[in-house]
Amino acid sequence: MQLSYLLRRLLYMVLVLFIMSIFSFIVIQLPPGDYLTTYIMTLQTQQGPIDTAQIEALRKQYGLDLPIYQQYIYWIKNMFKGDFGWSFEWRQPVGKLIAARLPMTVVISILTLLFTYAVAIPIGIYSATHQYSFGDFFFTVIGFIGLATPSFFLALVLMYVFNRYLGFNVGGLFSAQYIDAPWSFAKFVDLLKHLPIPIFVIGLSGTASIIRIMRGCLLDELRQQYVITARAKGLEEKMLLYKYPVRIAINPIISTIGWVLPGIVSGATITAIVLDIPTVGNLLYTALLSQDTYLAGSSIMILTFLTIVGTFISDLLLAWADPRIRYT
Amino acid sequence: MEEERVVQIEDVEFSLEKEELYTATQWQLMWRKFKRHKLAIVGLAMLLLLYILGIFCEFFAVYDPAKRNTSYIYVPPQRIHFIDESGKFHLRPFVYGLKQESDPITWRRIYVEDKSVKYPIYFFVKGDKYKLWNLIECDRHFMGTKEGYLFLFGTDESGRDLFSRTIYGARISLFTGLVGVFFSFIIGCILGGISGYYGGTTDIIIQRIIEFLISLPSIPLWMSLAAAMPKNWSPLKVYFLITIILSLIGWCNLARVVRGKLLELRELDFVTAARLAGANDWDIILKHLLPNFSSYLIVNITLAIPGMILGETALSFLGIGLRPPIISWGVLLKNAQNINTIALQPWLLIPGIFIVITVLAFNFLGDGLRDAADPYR
Repeated sequence: MQLSYLLRRLLYMVLVLFIMSIFSFIVIQLPPGDYLTTYIMTLQTQQGPIDTAQIEALRKQYGLDLPIYQQYIYWIKNMFKGDFGWSFEWRQPVGKLIAARLPMTVVISILTLLFTYAVAIPIGIYSATHQYSFGDFFFTVIGFIGLATPSFFLALVLMYVFNRYLGFNVGGLFSAQYIDAPWSFAKFVDLLKHLPIPIFVIGLSGTASIIRIMRGCLLDELRQQYVITARAKGLEEKMLLYKYPVRIAINPIISTIGWVLPGIVSGATITAIVLDIPTVGNLLYTALLSQDTYLAGSSIMILTFLTIVGTFISDLLLAWADPRIRYT
Repeated sequence: MEEERVVQIEDVEFSLEKEELYTATQWQLMWRKFKRHKLAIVGLAMLLLLYILGIFCEFFAVYDPAKRNTSYIYVPPQRIHFIDESGKFHLRPFVYGLKQESDPITWRRIYVEDKSVKYPIYFFVKGDKYKLWNLIECDRHFMGTKEGYLFLFGTDESGRDLFSRTIYGARISLFTGLVGVFFSFIIGCILGGISGYYGGTTDIIIQRIIEFLISLPSIPLWMSLAAAMPKNWSPLKVYFLITIILSLIGWCNLARVVRGKLLELRELDFVTAARLAGANDWDIILKHLLPNFSSYLIVNITLAIPGMILGETALSFLGIGLRPPIISWGVLLKNAQNINTIALQPWLLIPGIFIVITVLAFNFLGDGLRDAADPYR
């Protein structure tokens, strides 16, 4: 792989993030009013009318008196210093809020991605080698249903089933007694118990589509003449399957990370809201509802950043896995 | 002798079939292949049924979806009976009346069947007045009871009939998909057409834009756009804005298909011929090139609709898409958001089953169409 390709890709990533920052800032400014109007209203109901001087002071304090483009420059400038702005609602620096949720977001996304591939590839291989068998049919049906079920609906149904038949609440990532507890082995075990359901919910639709792709690619590959030749020469069936066709059929799968990852981030956002999991997506949701400008903008930026970096890595992986692909 | 004749007849039938095959138009060929795809036929039938329910929702709904029955809050779905308590069979199905009691342990309001009253279900029964498509005044409903109540899917927190609301929701949810795809189709064809037909720098720019949009996580993007919508907008405005937001990403795939096909076709002789005959660029794209792959477009559109429906329901579910008084499946599911509600009133999840069935049917149909449109299979 050439260095110039790498550099160009990095440049492209920066450009995308830049466009996204402008876009998110504009979108967040679109609704009439800002956080301060909401804030002033609550102050008024609590303490009676407040004078205009106080409002002006508040505006200045939050930098809301500046024109939008200056607010934007101010925001971007500070971002390079590691200051993402101030969350009006949480009364905390945005950076701190996101940092607290970022590890869990990344962990959930990566685990979901691993789950997706670990489940989908073997099933895809099985379906292709046992075409039209009962197992193939079974997984096809499951796959179609997986594609058709919105993640939030699946989460709701699982919540109901677990609550009703197993007497177990699936919301959140920790049991009540561990939420504010420091990290310990018991807390870790508790986390492991809570993780499978969100991962399953987020990963199902991606898994379903990758099963379809893997099955199709491998079937195409198995019809190739080199497979017949190898079989005619007496190559062992397992060896024949894994040595060539599976390796070739996996290539398109690796390149699917490019769209599986945005899907996972999307799915994770909505699932996190339903299952009440503290991720960046969940943070974005509350920030959007309360017009918490800097928090919402930074959350969108972080989510975009995660997606783009993931896509970038998948491209590198693809180049590494398939020697036929040349980047110039 | 007997055997020979059978063979002959088969021969004749075979050649007839063959002749039909040779003279068949492209669309007839596709229909032949499509008919063999059982799941696609099932999907098509399901969709026809759902769309008919949606189009005539006023007629198929049992009650006015906004009608509140304060004495029937959170009624579970009523069971339809054919055999009564004494074991007698009734040709006309009926439901039992409802008796309100309180749970001896939790003191919650519960409803039990009152076996002493029976309400037979009639078809084409007189009920709540409505205006079909806001035009034709009518009071006949597809089914209902003459007295008492019929809550097939139970009721919600203000005693509104969930069955009627689900049917009304079908209209909004199903047509969001169509309207959204219509917008995507227009944008996709124009931009994909420009990109594929002209090539060069324009092509590169449009392709970069598509790559950019596809690499973005859609739900957070939709969420931020939908949240930017002013709160005091009229339902109709909200509806159109949401569909436009959904088609913002939806057009990308379509544009890619159009571009790929155009790149392939624009080199062919008939395009040169058309150009020599003096046709302008748009005539060539719209009249000569697009019809060449209209079957691919139909397949892609069919497969794009479920994404739109899922997007709308997700946004409405979060409370930033469509909002009451509009009724869509997502809006209905919003009532079932927390575990306490679902644990006690699981029937509020029924609209979700409709979403799954619709998307499933679209996927089956799209798969069948794809196979049928592919001349190499």
